[in-house]
Amino acid sequence: MSGTAMAFEKARADGRAALVGYLPAGFPDVDGGIDALKVLVDSGCDVIEVGLPYSDPVMDGPTIQAAAQRALEGGVRIRDVFRTVEAVAATGTPTVVMTYWNPVERYGVTRFATDLASAGGAGLITPDITPDSRTEWPVVADQLDLDKVFLVAPSSTDARIAMTTAACRGFVYATAVMGVTGTRATTSELAAPLVERTKATTDLPVAVGLGVSTGDQAAEVASYADGVIVGSAFVRTLLDAPGDLHALAALTADLADGVRRGR
Amino acid sequence: MSELGSTWDADDQGWFGDFGGRFMPEALVAALDELTVAWQEAMADPVFVAEFDTILREYAGVPSLLYDATRLTEHVGGARILLKREDLNHTGAHKIRNVLGQALLTKRMGKTRVIAETGAGQHGVASATAAAYFGLDCTVYMGSVDTKRQALNVARMELLGAKVVPVDSGSATLKDAINEALRDWVASVGHTAYLFGTAAGPHPFPSMVRDFTRGIGDEARAQCLELTGRLPDAIAACVGGGSNAIGLFTAFLDDADVRILGYEAGGDGVETGRHAATIAGGDSGVLHGARTFVLQDEDGQTIESHSISAGLDYPGVGPQHAHLAKSGRAEYLPITDRRAMDALALLARTEGIICAVESAHALAGAVDVARDLGPSGLVLVNLSGRGDKDMETAIDWFGLGGGR
Repeated sequence: MSGTAMAFEKARADGRAALVGYLPAGFPDVDGGIDALKVLVDSGCDVIEVGLPYSDPVMDGPTIQAAAQRALEGGVRIRDVFRTVEAVAATGTPTVVMTYWNPVERYGVTRFATDLASAGGAGLITPDITPDSRTEWPVVADQLDLDKVFLVAPSSTDARIAMTTAACRGFVYATAVMGVTGTRATTSELAAPLVERTKATTDLPVAVGLGVSTGDQAAEVASYADGVIVGSAFVRTLLDAPGDLHALAALTADLADGVRRGR
Repeated sequence: MSELGSTWDADDQGWFGDFGGRFMPEALVAALDELTVAWQEAMADPVFVAEFDTILREYAGVPSLLYDATRLTEHVGGARILLKREDLNHTGAHKIRNVLGQALLTKRMGKTRVIAETGAGQHGVASATAAAYFGLDCTVYMGSVDTKRQALNVARMELLGAKVVPVDSGSATLKDAINEALRDWVASVGHTAYLFGTAAGPHPFPSMVRDFTRGIGDEARAQCLELTGRLPDAIAACVGGGSNAIGLFTAFLDDADVRILGYEAGGDGVETGRHAATIAGGDSGVLHGARTFVLQDEDGQTIESHSISAGLDYPGVGPQHAHLAKSGRAEYLPITDRRAMDALALLARTEGIICAVESAHALAGAVDVARDLGPSGLVLVNLSGRGDKDMETAIDWFGLGGGR
């Protein structure tokens, strides 16, 4: 079982959902990003996603776009992403990288995977490819025992969900709204049915990303999912109060409380 | 669909050799699959094909003329030069073929709204036109840099009833407009069709856009045989994303004796780094849903392209062109801003035709080839659009209008 899967298993044994926290590397700068991610770890995230800032983030809304753009303008490189992963993974919290595909392909899939593994990274979340995109990634990930996290969506057919979960390792990422990343006031009525359809095909944990920003929303999602993914709300906090890691810690603690109230 | 089924065509997953495919969020896969089935069924349906032909003929001015440019030929002093006059189409470019095809398909699929991206505004205007014609709601995404420098086209789109949304993210140009259109589509895919503006993007767009534009080459090949009794020695088109080029090239791919030439935007010169010559100056990568040639840095971040021609100012290229380049069936060469503008002026003075700056790249390349071939040769150029939209550029470049 991968380290990520074990983190979900531990949460399940505690009778709760896992909290998965996302921030892009290099935002506001590389060291500041590492500090912020360590706050997420210390305040209750069970799994960390480190975003690799990319010039053309088609699945991200304005909040994460703004952070990624600032990171790129600050000169963040792929090697900085690995340095971030190394620092966060050293805490013992499973750390995966969320990346658009071209940077991986350009770096070299095997080289990227090897350097990720060397940094202690657990695997990749790949939002703009599917298992049938004919990349080398599934084979390379298997060789290095890395997590392969692909996405399912409300528009996915049952057959595609089965194909996708069969290709996943670690967990399955359910994008439970039709739309880009960003916080939303209400949770989606599409989420629970998607999780149900997904769980019918796999024993892997299913984590849900749909713009959760409060403990109450996290509690609602935790009632039917194995994990609650939060990204934009963390980024928003850092954009609104640069350098104020107390606000970040407080939000994380509220969300961590939420995933414990959900069952 | 292409009836050629030749090695130049894609497989059933949209792969042209090593290029193309579908690198897209899972959320859009169902829509792309639905579109693929609808397109294949439509192209196999004689009623759809006949309706498309009728609309092109009665509304868009197609087939366009093949014009024997004797004055230009005489001036150049080389091969006979023929011009495929796509600049005479309704809305002033080849792009009307693609949008009418995609909008007709949208109606057939029962969707009520279309979205489009645009750089200079030509595809946006064409999309707004098709939306007006078919009674569809239309939103066009356009980089905020471009909405400022192409205010006239913004006005045209608005007059046609479209909503124009300026995009401020990234470099605020065409690639970012595509990103924003994709973000809209992922949230609206149930009732919205994405009218993609070029023969790039994820499967089925490269093949589908080619099917809707290939009339350019089908007509030109027949017109050339009728006019001259032979096939051309070379054909030429400009290449940004590559829809006019693939539209011309497709009919000639199996004519092994016909040289196929694509001219990319060389900007200030490929050696300066300020260009949009994706094949000459880029590397294999994934951008906007397909593997193709991409202008990118060593971390795979997209590099902004530069060209005097907004329609060629794109850091990617259609995957079938990448395949034709790698296989050697077609050659792709850069033409600098200066050489394109010289060709634009040459055509205006010799033939009384003001073409688009995009098309002037093809013309500049064709003049080179005509000289190489000599008087016994025959060159066919796709004049993909007209130059009305480029008068601001021409005023600045040539210092026209009494200086400003």
